[in-house]
Amino acid sequence: MLALVRQGAEGEGFVPPSTKDFELPPIFGDNPYTTKPIFLVLLSVVLISVFFIAASRKAAVVPSKLQFAGESVYAFVRNDLAKDVIGHEFLRFVPYLFTLFTFILVNNWFGIIPLLQFPTMSHVGFAYVLAAFTFFVFHYIGIKKHGVFKYLKDIMFMPGVPKAAYILITPLEILTFFLVRPLTLSLRLFANMFAGHLLLLVFILGGEHLAQGALALKLVSPFAFGIGIVLTFFEFMVQCLQAYIFTLLTALYIAGALADEH
Amino acid sequence: MNKFYFAAEGETLNPLIPHTSEIIVGAVAFTLLFLVLRSKVVPMFEKAFTARTEAIQGGMERAEKAQLEAQRALSQYNEQLSKAREEAQTLREEARVQGVSIVEELRAKAQEEAARITSAAHASIEAERQQAITSLRNEVGALAVELASKIVGESLDDQARQSRIVDRFLDDLEKSK
Repeated sequence: MLALVRQGAEGEGFVPPSTKDFELPPIFGDNPYTTKPIFLVLLSVVLISVFFIAASRKAAVVPSKLQFAGESVYAFVRNDLAKDVIGHEFLRFVPYLFTLFTFILVNNWFGIIPLLQFPTMSHVGFAYVLAAFTFFVFHYIGIKKHGVFKYLKDIMFMPGVPKAAYILITPLEILTFFLVRPLTLSLRLFANMFAGHLLLLVFILGGEHLAQGALALKLVSPFAFGIGIVLTFFEFMVQCLQAYIFTLLTALYIAGALADEH
Repeated sequence: MNKFYFAAEGETLNPLIPHTSEIIVGAVAFTLLFLVLRSKVVPMFEKAFTARTEAIQGGMERAEKAQLEAQRALSQYNEQLSKAREEAQTLREEARVQGVSIVEELRAKAQEEAARITSAAHASIEAERQQAITSLRNEVGALAVELASKIVGESLDDQARQSRIVDRFLDDLEKSK
């Protein structure tokens, strides 16, 4: 698909990858629900569901290899993220955090899985959706726990702060809770995936272009591919890290909403 | 939405503007995954976790119980042992005291017996001496009277006289001593 768009590769010199490389046309006609990212998201739901159902179906005290693999991921989210951050009420939020983590992780991995090779989250719509879910979840929890009035009051007039400081703090807090948090959450994820994919495109497509050039350029092209491979490993790390950060911040926001004073 | 794709051929698009289709599909897909994981996966893993925790806790409790039991038995044995030692000590002490008292008693008895025998012997000697004295006196009297009557020639048959003479004789005998 990418090669179709890239008509410059053969003739008039190298066209560096740009945002255009992320604009994938629908596979079936004009239907916007048949693009690659859409299929990838649906594929991730199927893969995650199948894997974890298979891993947990016969969950036993002494785990099988498959159960152990699934359980390790689950235990990581449950204990290292939910339990450590949220505290004694954590169990209620484990399903949400677990879904968030696995969903982001697998969709990020799609960026380096051969043949798929497109990180779904580099399309900002998906990142917005996830941030919106987290936004509603932590506000809903806070309101349910403290009541609308007290929750908003605690956000706007942070307890234990001198009254004069409210002039400065109140607008900042409102901005933080209702704009900065969801925005940074989604943009961080989106930008990392977007930039990572772009970086891989530069080196791999660049290497391809060099291999078609003069002899001297052909000799350089393996280095471009080599860097592309190194960056793929680096991307893998970033992908895991971004899934972790998104889930961790969500847990932190939930913990904040549950706390008596935020 | 479709204009987005057509526009892709010409101008560059802002990557920060989301596609409606992706927002809808993303939300639905995520919700679906959430429901699947919450209903099918999380409860199973939690069940396994609980079972494992219980198994480990049960094992530890059992071990703790066994250790407690062993400790109790040990202290019981120790107590019994020390009690036995104490008892042996008392018995020994008692035996010693008893031995001493037995020896003491026996010695006293022997002394008493010896004293009794001595006094009996004394008494019998005394009695025999008295008897001897009496019989001697009678015999000596009779002999003396007989002798005297032979010498004097007169009968001293009269009892009163006889004894008077004998007494006088004896008195003289004693005086001459």
